[in-house]
Amino acid sequence: MTALQRIFGGAAPVARWATPPEYFRNGERRGLAMRSAIAAVALAMCATGVTAQDIRATGDLGLVVERATGSLVVVDQSERARIGRIEGLGDLSHASLVYSPDERFAYVFGRDGGLTKVDIVEQSVVGRVMQAGNSIGGAISDDGQYVAVSNYEPGGVRIFDADTLDMVADIPTGGKTIGLVDIPGGRFVFSLWDQGETWIADLSSGAARITKIEGIGTNPYDALVTSDGRTYIAGLFGEDHLTALDLWQDTPQPQKILPGYAGDREGLPVYKMPHLEGWALAGHEFVLPAIGQHEVLWVDARSLQETGRTATHGQPVFAMARPDGRQVWVNFAHPKNDTIQVIDTITKDVIHQFEPGPGVLHMEFTPRGHEVWLSVRDAGKIMVYDTQTFEKLREIDAESPSGIFFTARAHRTGL
Amino acid sequence: MNRFALILALIATPALAEGPDTQALERLVRQDCGSCHGLTLRGGLGPDIRPKALSHYEPEVLQGVIMDGIPGTPMPPWRPLLTEAEAAWIADYLLNGATQ
Repeated sequence: MTALQRIFGGAAPVARWATPPEYFRNGERRGLAMRSAIAAVALAMCATGVTAQDIRATGDLGLVVERATGSLVVVDQSERARIGRIEGLGDLSHASLVYSPDERFAYVFGRDGGLTKVDIVEQSVVGRVMQAGNSIGGAISDDGQYVAVSNYEPGGVRIFDADTLDMVADIPTGGKTIGLVDIPGGRFVFSLWDQGETWIADLSSGAARITKIEGIGTNPYDALVTSDGRTYIAGLFGEDHLTALDLWQDTPQPQKILPGYAGDREGLPVYKMPHLEGWALAGHEFVLPAIGQHEVLWVDARSLQETGRTATHGQPVFAMARPDGRQVWVNFAHPKNDTIQVIDTITKDVIHQFEPGPGVLHMEFTPRGHEVWLSVRDAGKIMVYDTQTFEKLREIDAESPSGIFFTARAHRTGL
Repeated sequence: MNRFALILALIATPALAEGPDTQALERLVRQDCGSCHGLTLRGGLGPDIRPKALSHYEPEVLQGVIMDGIPGTPMPPWRPLLTEAEAAWIADYLLNGATQ
């Protein structure tokens, strides 16, 4: 009895089973008491966390979008394995997601306008709203309170309470919005494809205060922000340059970067729009996919002057710096989307090229960059590679995998 | 009319006497046209290209759009990657066959 009391750390559960209700006969009381004692010990063990094998920390987990089946595969980076599947998320054909600050919940932005909140620990859908007809991505505020979604139809940005998924702000723009990112101060930044503007929505007061910046350029197709939240770069489909904004300025002014990078060269067909992401900083340079040219462009991060170009295998889609910045991994648009090239940041030379398989859609580095995970859509595989030796370490089955998102993203601005 | 155009195109393309690989083309439409128009073709950065949205197109015109793109927009020319017969099949598929 005293031993049990020590385990329980209190008398309350002991008292309950020590005095069973009157309607039990004596023999039954003893049996019940024994069963209750076992149950109570089990309960106490759960409550005090001693059954650690049943608890899974989320810090090295991730989610992989299965675009055709509307589902997510839950993966464990350290085990290089899938550990579960979450279904019922609608049309995920161009889906992305962000994580809550505690890395327990993910907010998934589906192409069909669905915003779905999933619990990674329970591996279940815990909330879902159809918030628009056609959407393209989202972001979560620095404090984790607000989730913003960028919509094509109806064009604009809608902002939701991260707990309840209730809408807290509706920001119609009269056109398609792209390049939505979070920046410090409870703010979101996004651009308008049709109007060539960038808007900043400040949620710090609870209501959205909007700052509009005109003159970004014709048809911004995507944008990125650096992890300090300072430099926002919009890629332009309709003009031969990119545009940067210094968000530390009170009234950010559009600044052309890489003006005339294509020059007189004929624009090559773009069978898939490049993606710009916060992984663009390699050392002290940005590495950016050209559009209509088969090359990546290097820009000094401070002066925003061009520092070089690297000819590539095809139209780059993602040019992603390994987290330490030492390498840049590039994948390509159709029909070259079976290939990856790895570029050395110092020499700007392609140091490795390989063909993981048909339809390499996405890459995700482990947080410190020792491995990279690739989704190879038409092979139905996630492939894990060592970034030092380029050796393939593992294949994991998935249905038409696209985006791979590790939970460490929870702690990065602008992803 | 569609079939006629397709047959003509096929005759004009002896290398494809057996006809386009329709499974590969359907995959191309879903996955690669889908990059801009959405996997379900309901639209994305590019417009809705389900049959109702395209009903004002003559098949030959749509085939031309696929082959040569629409200058000044992100719609690229697919001529480097497709034969006329394949573009004709895709035009017909978009106007009549894409159900989802």
